[in-house]
Amino acid sequence: MSAVVEQPRHFCMLGAKQSVVAIERAVPIVHAGPGCSSKLWSGLSFCNGFQGAGYAGGSAVPSTNTGEREVVFGGEGRLREVIEGALKVMDGDLFVVLTGCTSDIVGDDTAQVVREFRERGVPIVHAETGGFKGTSFAGHEALLDAIIRQFLGPARETIPNLVNVFASVPYLDPFWSGNLEGLRELLAGIGLEANILFGPGSGGIEAWRKIPVARFNLVVSPWVGVKAAQLLEERYGTPWLHYPVLPVGGTETSRFLATVGEFAGIDRARTEAFIRREEERFYYYLERAADFILEFRYDLPGRFVTVCDSLYALGVSRFLVNDLGLLPGEQFVTDQTPPEHRDALRGAFAALSPSVAAPVTFTPDGGAVQRHLREARHHRPPLIIGSTWDKDIAAELKGYQVSLSLPVTDRLVLDRSYVGYRGGLRLAEDIYGAILGSYQ
Amino acid sequence: MPTINLNTAEVPIRESRLGSVTGYKGSAGELCRRSRDGSLKERERSFTQCATCASITAICQVAMIRDAAVVNHAPLGCAGDFGNFNFINRAGQAKRGWRLANAKLLNSNLDEQDIVFGGGGKLKDAVREAKTRFAPKVIFVTTSCASGIIGDDVAGICEEMTEELGIPVVSISCEGFRSQIWATGFDAAYHAILRRVMKPAATRRPDLINVINFWGEDIFTDLFGRLGLTPNYVVPFTTIGQLERLSEAAATVQVCSTLGTYLAAGLEEHFGVPEVKAPSPYGIAGTDAWFRELGRVTGKEAEVEVLIAEEKERIAPELAELRERLAGVRGFVSAGAVHGHSLIAILRELGMEVPGACVWHHDKRLDHGDPRGDSLQHVVTEYGEVPFSVCNKQSFELVNLLNRLRPDIFIVRHNGMAVWGAKLGIPTFLMGDEHFGLGYEGLLNYGRKILDTITNPAFVRNLARHTRLPYTEWWLSQEPFAFLGEGA
Repeated sequence: MSAVVEQPRHFCMLGAKQSVVAIERAVPIVHAGPGCSSKLWSGLSFCNGFQGAGYAGGSAVPSTNTGEREVVFGGEGRLREVIEGALKVMDGDLFVVLTGCTSDIVGDDTAQVVREFRERGVPIVHAETGGFKGTSFAGHEALLDAIIRQFLGPARETIPNLVNVFASVPYLDPFWSGNLEGLRELLAGIGLEANILFGPGSGGIEAWRKIPVARFNLVVSPWVGVKAAQLLEERYGTPWLHYPVLPVGGTETSRFLATVGEFAGIDRARTEAFIRREEERFYYYLERAADFILEFRYDLPGRFVTVCDSLYALGVSRFLVNDLGLLPGEQFVTDQTPPEHRDALRGAFAALSPSVAAPVTFTPDGGAVQRHLREARHHRPPLIIGSTWDKDIAAELKGYQVSLSLPVTDRLVLDRSYVGYRGGLRLAEDIYGAILGSYQ
Repeated sequence: MPTINLNTAEVPIRESRLGSVTGYKGSAGELCRRSRDGSLKERERSFTQCATCASITAICQVAMIRDAAVVNHAPLGCAGDFGNFNFINRAGQAKRGWRLANAKLLNSNLDEQDIVFGGGGKLKDAVREAKTRFAPKVIFVTTSCASGIIGDDVAGICEEMTEELGIPVVSISCEGFRSQIWATGFDAAYHAILRRVMKPAATRRPDLINVINFWGEDIFTDLFGRLGLTPNYVVPFTTIGQLERLSEAAATVQVCSTLGTYLAAGLEEHFGVPEVKAPSPYGIAGTDAWFRELGRVTGKEAEVEVLIAEEKERIAPELAELRERLAGVRGFVSAGAVHGHSLIAILRELGMEVPGACVWHHDKRLDHGDPRGDSLQHVVTEYGEVPFSVCNKQSFELVNLLNRLRPDIFIVRHNGMAVWGAKLGIPTFLMGDEHFGLGYEGLLNYGRKILDTITNPAFVRNLARHTRLPYTEWWLSQEPFAFLGEGA
């Protein structure tokens, strides 16, 4: 793992509690120090597009608030007490116990405590998410693993058009709920029913119970969710498709739909008809933008730089290159991508289009990004697509800046989606809106 | 009575230093009485929801010092509050017309290997990086649960790095698990400033008044200006030079002694800067007493009497009108201890009823130990009894209580709590500016704000109709403090 981090763009394993909050009527129970849940809520939710408390998040999260006594004598008794209370007080369908640094270092047997409740028929699972063990992305994966292993039953039948979708990490991606809904709409367009698992209208634990009966699993991310798909293949024999790019805009979305349609064995004519209809709409609007983009007499960005997690860095780069015809500068991937996935990402950036490649740097440290950008040559104002942290360096380089990636404290995010044809149009509006805003 | 010991690296936590508790239900008067007679004991809950920790409150005090840097020696999740402090930092810079710049914060990113082998090496690297990246005058190092449990010698490393780098590298001991009273983190930050940043006064400035606050609007330049005094707001948005010279001031005042008790007492005890010991300057009675004590300490008695008379005369017509319109309106108050007391004073002064109040913790005494500073007793004496409880942000208790009391308005000060009033359909607001209710004008500010809030309840009414609470029917039918244990 990396050394010092300035301007963090994700947090620790325990960030998984925000993924629990994103499951309808699920309740996290945090076995950690008194401030962990608050800090992570602040970082992942409030200061990331001002996403709120949700159903059982924010200050409602049950927590053992580990004190000196539990650190010295162990916290299992205290955890038992808090779970008992949570079951009485909190109105939930699924309870997820997540550990923090304190309990993982002192070595509480959380698994055993939780097992006792599960054996009583309580819908409860646990994941070890001590902060020092990894990133919030890894925490999200640990949560998926915990629910799959500890909560899902056997597969009885297969629902032929059902597909489980593993994509945006809730809250950590400020646009997660919009993006997941966007993916659902895209897949519906080619006749698939998406089981999106998180967010409004996803179906809560009934959706999770359906995971084993899906026809296939779809991972839309360079790496987050791959382990879950592998585990589901191992346990249920479910095939899975790894589509490593967030489909933003016309080019990538059409490719995405064609790939998924073919994998699912959907009649090609049906997929193509949907693609054609959506492309027509998409290019109608892109054409409308052409006069502005081609004739604007002031500065437009020279090169674009992404400072994002791998999902956005790649998805946004592909869109800007292939749909808007922009050229990339250096791209920064901030999510501490596991080493085994880095070559594939480097390869993807090396072939953003047949004629365009971009160098990529992996670092979670905003200070390192700033140093790189200061040392690079910028002939024209750069466009920096990252987080609110990047406002200073953008100003220093007299460039343009758009916040898409944690932390986002300069815009309110509700249901905006950057996925699909419509998502591409939203992103174009937001980028050029920011540029025009700087002229008026 | 010596209270502030600057010889130790760690500040004593509030539980042991001030007898502070997080669980109580009863009345405000009884709480005051039991705080004095020694019968008040902590009452723990078997079920709890997440609170806040000393790391957050410690960083909150040092993150906005303009020429300092902060190294958070912790796994990356403990940097979860960086974005928020950066927001506050930039908003504060914008308000002051300064150039916007990110807060100078680093996290040492402790990982599994560090937990096993120790994080000292990483801390040294992080401190060196902080020096290189930010060129600060002082580096503050805040600890974490993880660094505390594995036993990194943070204080020792800071001394070593002070030698190496030639600038003060100052440890702030604020491990979350050490205290259930998150205000301990304020004390920890002030302890570091008192120990390692402040210098004895070379000269005295008889006009300068230290104002311990968060980052509220500048209202004291005008008020103090009329007394021939100048405010010196600390600690956020100061410089190290300013902090070094806190000792030159004529007095220290606080807008909330829950925040500043330790710093004010330390300034008096170790640097000879007298603390103005009075109830908080909220509501007419409190404001009168506060300004009179300030006048006494600074020799400005006559000027203070003029100020009080002028201000009261100025606000009288609108205050009378507000009192008429707000008579009998029921307001529930939730805030950090003394600020909560202050809000009760404001509501009562406006002629409102207070069917209940809940503060996040209760200190049996303040560091100065002077009963004149007992703001809750002041409220009881001036305005009568109030049903009163203490909970460290346990929203399940608050929701239960609000659901029963159904006040006309819920006034809260701490992030993440207002939404529960809204989900119950109760007009609610959080006032982020701690100076908003202060002094004579503050009464008018609050009166107007309350009227505005209850005039259009559409947003909260709609929310209540269309959202669900995460609590069981069973819980909402229980007594609100059913999980509060008996005192040990």
